[in-house]
Amino acid sequence: MRYAQDTWALARKDLLLELRAKETLPSMLLFIIAAFTVFHFAIPHGTGVVAARGLLWSALVFTALLGLTRAFVAEREQGMFDALVLAPCDRSAIWLGKTVAVLCFLAAAEVVALPAFSIFFTGLDGRTVAAVALADLGIAAVGTLFGAMAVAGRARELMLPLLFLPMAIPIVVGGVGRYLWFLALYDAIFALLAWASFEYVVAET
Amino acid sequence: MKLAALTTALFGAAVALIFFYAPTDATLGFQQRIFYFHVPIALTSYACFGWGAWKALRYLRTRDERADLESYVAIHQGVVFGALTLITGSIWAKASWGVWWTWGEDELVLFLVLFLFYCAYFMLRFSVEAGPMRAQMSAVYALFGVVLIPVSFLAIRLSKQFLHPQVFTLHGPQMAHSQFFTFCVAWAAMLCLFATLYHVELAGKRIDAHLRELRELLGRRLDGGPQGAQVSALPAPERSSS
Repeated sequence: MRYAQDTWALARKDLLLELRAKETLPSMLLFIIAAFTVFHFAIPHGTGVVAARGLLWSALVFTALLGLTRAFVAEREQGMFDALVLAPCDRSAIWLGKTVAVLCFLAAAEVVALPAFSIFFTGLDGRTVAAVALADLGIAAVGTLFGAMAVAGRARELMLPLLFLPMAIPIVVGGVGRYLWFLALYDAIFALLAWASFEYVVAET
Repeated sequence: MKLAALTTALFGAAVALIFFYAPTDATLGFQQRIFYFHVPIALTSYACFGWGAWKALRYLRTRDERADLESYVAIHQGVVFGALTLITGSIWAKASWGVWWTWGEDELVLFLVLFLFYCAYFMLRFSVEAGPMRAQMSAVYALFGVVLIPVSFLAIRLSKQFLHPQVFTLHGPQMAHSQFFTFCVAWAAMLCLFATLYHVELAGKRIDAHLRELRELLGRRLDGGPQGAQVSALPAPERSSS
């Protein structure tokens, strides 16, 4: 019970911050629409539904990357990490709270991006939407952990894409092929691993 | 030393077997012999990554700094063998299919993904200052890597269903006994090579660390404290002359 309360408090903090500062979400939205526009000019006309789906997935992964890069910036810049680590709560709750917040951002961006995609390119069916929802879980779970790793180093923003993109390849495969079972498997495996290993990434144990 | 001698002997035996003992493949011809290098190198690379992850787990459990260094060295060797896998696979693809790269070969694509993943390991490691935090992060990342291997393999298999309808078979016909024997010797030689390189690099890194410690100690002695008695106790020609 305590765990759920801690997680919710942390997630709420991030959502409130975003609601007041309005930094991450508008840039994500603008980015994904701009990416669609670029793709329209990059891909020849009439390349088919699968190619269009490929566009959707690369746009989604890069948009998520944009959001994830910002996820831990406030904590690092203002030295909040030390305070969070000192707080009397389980450290994996920090990860879970951040993951929930990232998931909300992703979902909010996609609520706009998916209809835009279906207007610009081709219609979407329920299976693709389900795949996107499952992929979001995996992206948020893995991305939050790797985001925490990336901000610890000197390279920061430069680091996350390098760490995250190889991990995102299975997600893209599962998404383009719409293998829902595979996405669910990915989520389960890596969420568990991230949950178990997060404390080693933020503090000396 | 013994290990290096064993590696040399096994390598000699493997090369002799590959070129003089193993039969020339009926359909693929002489170039099929690169199989005896390519596949053992690839399997050794997996072994390196696995060993690195095992040492990473040991580090998280025991906090032993040696395990961190061992994990790093194993992954370093794994990346070297992985690069060799990509190169030999590319040569094989050129010889068999006339192209330098084929997305149809599961193992090659998997190695590309792993290569990217583990190159980022070094970027991560070198962007964080040395210490327990770096060791912990590297360990977590190494563990993710070893889980990513089967997941990526499955993903690449699945991706063929919508990217490449036709499937290449890796080995062609079943291996004959003589081929299998040659393959096993070649693999043993590669594993021994890994073990030798692993120990050499580990020894080098340890000497490096030791030397750095000594230098720091020396620097501290020369900078602080009364000059004279302490300085003369340590041989430091380049400092004392200036």
